[in-house]
Amino acid sequence: MRHLLSTKDVTRDEAIALLDIAEDMADVANREVKKLPTLRGKTVVNLFFEDSTRTRVSFEVAAKRLSADVINFSAKGSSISKGESLKDTAQTLAAMGADAVVIRHSASGAPRVLADSGWIDAGIVNAGDGTHEHPTQALLDAFTIRRRLHGSGARGKALDGVTVTLVGDILHSRVARSNIWLLTTLGAAVSLVAPATLLPVSTTGWPVSVSYDLDAAIDSGPDVVMMLRIQAERMNAAFFPNAREYSRQWGLDDERVARLPAASIVMHPGPMNRGLEISANAADSAQSTVLEQVANGVSIRMAVLYQLLSGSAA
Amino acid sequence: MSVLAGSIKIVGATLPDGTTTDLFVDGGVFAGEASTGSTTTIDAAGLIALPGLVDLHTHLREPGFEQSETVLTGSRAAAIGGFTAVFAMANTLPVQDTAGVVEQVQSLGELHGYVTVRPVGAVTAGLAGERLSEIGAMAQSRAQVRVFSDDGQCVSDALLMRRALEYVKTFGGVVAQHAQDPRLTMGAQMNEGALSGELGLAGWPAVAEESIIARDVLLAQHVGARLHVCHVSTAGSVEVIRWAKARGVDVTAEVTPHHLLLTEQLAVGYDSRFKVNPPLRREEDVLALRAALADGTIDIVATDHAPHPVEAKDCAWDEAANGMVGLESALSVVHAAVVESGQLGWADIARVFSSKPAQIGRLAGYDAPFSTGSAANFTLYDPSATRVFSTGDLRGKSLNSPYLGRELPGRVIATIHNGYPTVLDGELVDAETVAKEASHG
Repeated sequence: MRHLLSTKDVTRDEAIALLDIAEDMADVANREVKKLPTLRGKTVVNLFFEDSTRTRVSFEVAAKRLSADVINFSAKGSSISKGESLKDTAQTLAAMGADAVVIRHSASGAPRVLADSGWIDAGIVNAGDGTHEHPTQALLDAFTIRRRLHGSGARGKALDGVTVTLVGDILHSRVARSNIWLLTTLGAAVSLVAPATLLPVSTTGWPVSVSYDLDAAIDSGPDVVMMLRIQAERMNAAFFPNAREYSRQWGLDDERVARLPAASIVMHPGPMNRGLEISANAADSAQSTVLEQVANGVSIRMAVLYQLLSGSAA
Repeated sequence: MSVLAGSIKIVGATLPDGTTTDLFVDGGVFAGEASTGSTTTIDAAGLIALPGLVDLHTHLREPGFEQSETVLTGSRAAAIGGFTAVFAMANTLPVQDTAGVVEQVQSLGELHGYVTVRPVGAVTAGLAGERLSEIGAMAQSRAQVRVFSDDGQCVSDALLMRRALEYVKTFGGVVAQHAQDPRLTMGAQMNEGALSGELGLAGWPAVAEESIIARDVLLAQHVGARLHVCHVSTAGSVEVIRWAKARGVDVTAEVTPHHLLLTEQLAVGYDSRFKVNPPLRREEDVLALRAALADGTIDIVATDHAPHPVEAKDCAWDEAANGMVGLESALSVVHAAVVESGQLGWADIARVFSSKPAQIGRLAGYDAPFSTGSAANFTLYDPSATRVFSTGDLRGKSLNSPYLGRELPGRVIATIHNGYPTVLDGELVDAETVAKEASHG
């Protein structure tokens, strides 16, 4: 694997291999010395054009556990300093000898532009680009689902037959897109639930079923319910009337959680709007994997960096 | 010098109607027979003589954005593409919204001489969409502006558009509308559909164009004014225009070469050379546009030549400027899109690329091409040539062509503007010579 730009490009075998490596990486976290020498001498740059402390720290921990040198490059510019900045920054990093660049950018496709540009020769990891994709989030979600289902026997397994319902702002969610491709590649059946305003105008070609009715989706007893964050600005742009109505129609409240099968799990990529898309009880319940997702994020990002930089990958 | 001046003899050119003939140029016009004086002879065996191409939609960027293009460099790009006249859009800085600015642009065109430059006047002052610009002053200026457009911006206020149509009618002009509902396209990045959803790029829905066209044709009919629709890009727009023409609305429409050839699929790699406004659409839109050009629903091809400096495209898609250069490639692209498919013949090309745009823009001298006594504006085109289009084929200042690396048919061999050559042997005549020739006129 040269870059990780989109989960659409990831094959089933590659995905399973990444999840299996992440299992090995998770084991490292349980040791007294939580560090591997694997990427000693390699330089990983966290290039964040958009603030995301959670994701950046997760990548930083992952790279450090693999003994890579980590540079955090916050390139969040003002709105007038757009244009050359991606190119200039990339060339600067190339001159410094970066081996991998983990990029978060507000523009969809920016990691792809970087990978195709010739400005820099490093491996590129998409850490979230606009409303396009967030591949490591989907990988950690798949990893979390697989662990919940299979426990210590998870290695080598896919997600065949697992039913996953994604709820909320599909239109603007990079987490949703990456999960749709990855989970279906792994054999899961994905359905989307959202108001029509928060769905793409066409989902032709997406391997999903779509509905507007969260109650019906809950009553179908999905194995996984994944709630997506509602951004405050959506409320000001007429996507739905107000928070109260959204919560009533598409929020995972206590009553809806109670109707889920006991084995179903509740996921959220964080940060959560408690009381809006998810109730506090749902977020803190035994069915919730919110904190596991955070912990698993480090293992997945270690696996991705390992695959990109260890040179042993196909 | 004197080799180029004076008379030109074209031997064995094929006219758009398919007949082969010799052409004689003397004193800036077509002559009935060879001149006795010094003569430049061009062997046109196998070449098609087309009337000088007229582009109703060019961005020359001067004054104000000379890092992208100037009147001179844009004129050179036009000449190498076979054009002899271009209409220069109003979104310069200062905006072409006063007599002074349009006269300046016009005179720069005359000075350089590669093509006739006809400035377009802004509909609203500063392109701000709030009040009419000095349309009368521009119409009555030395530039005699007849085409008014806020291109780049839509005249979205319905009342202002109504007034513009009425007021421009007063001076025998036409409003060329950039049809784009601004509210429906806030932050829009590409055609809205399944692909925009997958790529996570904000959608530019077809309805944002179609709804404005529908409103405008009804307004034009109501006030009895002439309307021209810029860069039609969707199958739905074609239907609306077809309906309007059937109702007798005085509406004309243009399509760009890129909307006849390229589709939204090119956005997949986020290569911002393919970012343009209106955006590239679906395959079915492209096919509908081709059919509409063939059946006359769409009247003309216009390039929307939009030069941008490298830094405006060397960035993420969202951050990149809209637009592509198109003058140098236009004829080849249209050749590839609708001539090779058999939908348009060369006589149709002469109509959609020359006589009809001249008529819409009230540009004289293009109604009887090749006839004795008419202005000698024409181009010789080799339809059998093929080339892999590259930056070496560009003559303007900017390199933002979506065709780089793509094989295109045909090649302009010579262009004659007002009786003197601007392109010979497939290369531009030097600027000094052309300027000198122009000053003789």
